[in-house]
Amino acid sequence: MVIIINSQKLAKFLGYKAVRLFILLVAVAAVSFIMVEISPINPVKSYAAEMGASAQQIAALSAYWQVDVPLGEKVVSWLADLLQLNLGISLIYRIPVVNVIIQKFTASLVLMITSWIISGVVGFGLGIIAGGTRGSWIDKAIKTYCYILQCAPSFWIGLIIMLIFSVYLGWFPVGLAVPVGTMASDVTFWDWLIRLILPAFTLSIVGIASIALYTRDRLVNILNSDYFIFARARGENHWSIIIRHGIRNVLLPAITLQFMSFSELFGGAVLVEQIFSYPGIGQATVAAGLRSDVPLLLGIVLISTIFVFCGNTIADILYKYVDPRMKGDENE
Amino acid sequence: MSSLSKLNPLNSMNLRQKTILLIGLIVLLLVLVYASSLSIDPANILTDFTLRNQPPSFEHLFGTDWLGRDMLTRTIKGLGLSIFIGAVASILSSILAIIMAFISSVNKYGDVLIAWLIDFFASIPHLLLLIMISICLGKGAMGVIIGVACTHWTSLARVLRVEIKEIQTSEYVQLSEKFGKNKFWIAKEHILILVITQVIVGTLLIFPHAIMHEASITFLGFGLSPHEPAIGIILSESMSYLTTGAWWLAVFPGVMLLIIVLLFDILGEEVEKLLDPTKAQK
Repeated sequence: MVIIINSQKLAKFLGYKAVRLFILLVAVAAVSFIMVEISPINPVKSYAAEMGASAQQIAALSAYWQVDVPLGEKVVSWLADLLQLNLGISLIYRIPVVNVIIQKFTASLVLMITSWIISGVVGFGLGIIAGGTRGSWIDKAIKTYCYILQCAPSFWIGLIIMLIFSVYLGWFPVGLAVPVGTMASDVTFWDWLIRLILPAFTLSIVGIASIALYTRDRLVNILNSDYFIFARARGENHWSIIIRHGIRNVLLPAITLQFMSFSELFGGAVLVEQIFSYPGIGQATVAAGLRSDVPLLLGIVLISTIFVFCGNTIADILYKYVDPRMKGDENE
Repeated sequence: MSSLSKLNPLNSMNLRQKTILLIGLIVLLLVLVYASSLSIDPANILTDFTLRNQPPSFEHLFGTDWLGRDMLTRTIKGLGLSIFIGAVASILSSILAIIMAFISSVNKYGDVLIAWLIDFFASIPHLLLLIMISICLGKGAMGVIIGVACTHWTSLARVLRVEIKEIQTSEYVQLSEKFGKNKFWIAKEHILILVITQVIVGTLLIFPHAIMHEASITFLGFGLSPHEPAIGIILSESMSYLTTGAWWLAVFPGVMLLIIVLLFDILGEEVEKLLDPTKAQK
């Protein structure tokens, strides 16, 4: 399959998307800042409580947080800081927010991408099997399994997996955090891999349901199509038609759907990281929220917005420019 | 075969009757859970230190926790709370969706504004937005309800927006306009009447998500306060006792929550079948 992409159109589209992302980020930054501002959280007080600041430091902090400045001005100056990538200093980690986010987000990205790929491949496979054997007990079993999975809260699945693998089988330590007193840089590759397995496993299981059900529905539609019935009439083998006609037609929409699931992926990662104490962005989110680390929380909101936006944009590109069936619309 | 099928009353019913029967059963079950949770007085959940961490038995079907409280009673109480919060949140988000859809139908600028708002809410991960809203409103039930309502209106609003656009171009609406009926009257008499099916089904389908998100956010510590008998609280407390082998603390409340979510999901689909006959044929 040769993919011909109209590069000029794509460039225009990407430029349009970049402008949209910029406007979106400004809006998200402003709204989330205002939300934290009107909340009962007092950043100066939580700073003072966390660090034990003196009266002088509190005065300096009040000046930094511009306690007496009206809201409108504050938002503008926060946005101006943001443009210079100055997100402030995280009060929990005591290093610039940008550094915290880079460090934590890389860890989470590994977790999310691993489970994203696994859930995509397994989910697609299950969907094809269920669609190909529709009406049989295999189809019913896969459907029931996905249906139940969709209705189960992801954090509960995490708890059950921890119960089975850590508590009963004892294959993994409970909590799975880095041994106390070990620097992040001293963690060996092996330590890190062990910490990754259960969270990635949980997140993959949670992600399978929607993609499998979608693939199954699409494939069943294709099985009812004229070209499928014709291929059958030619005497082709059932599974070879599915491989030749079915998978080719379902794959691209399925990948598109998978890219659009970044929002749920992020939400799932937050819950799963919290259960398995995986030191990623999700755990940082919860810590920042519970301990009122306002700069970090705002930073995380921005980075997650970019993350979700990227997923949606890739899905758009796949849908509009890569899918050959959309070529007709494009030429209009 | 034929004599057996005559004996089974289900076989003599048509699909519509079966659907109504199923809806009735599910509603009965949910009402039962809710009623029994209302009948439980929190003061009656006794702490009994002689019965700490008891595994499930006939006396305590779901076992007891570290304070000797009966887990079955706590779970039912928590489910009642989940259903209540889910109901309020999904009704609120439907109302929000209806308002947004109508704003988008007023004129071009309204449409652009709503399309942008939908994009805006869809571009922040739901869980993060929930956390932000909950923090903004100072945690507690209020924060959860508003948060869930604010994050779940988009899907229904999208459907309604398209639906309303279609109805607006129909001949009888244009005729109505020519008769001099004002926009508000048309919206009420012509449009709302037709989209009410979508609204009911949409509300029911938001329900399972609302319940799950409430539990998740409470589990993380941003939702209901630890004094409330919520499922999220029960599960997050259970985490500290899992290592000692108290599996029943996590398994049963979770399974019950799953069943409630599943029931609402099936209810939504069955009601959709009943109200929208074209869907039932599939």
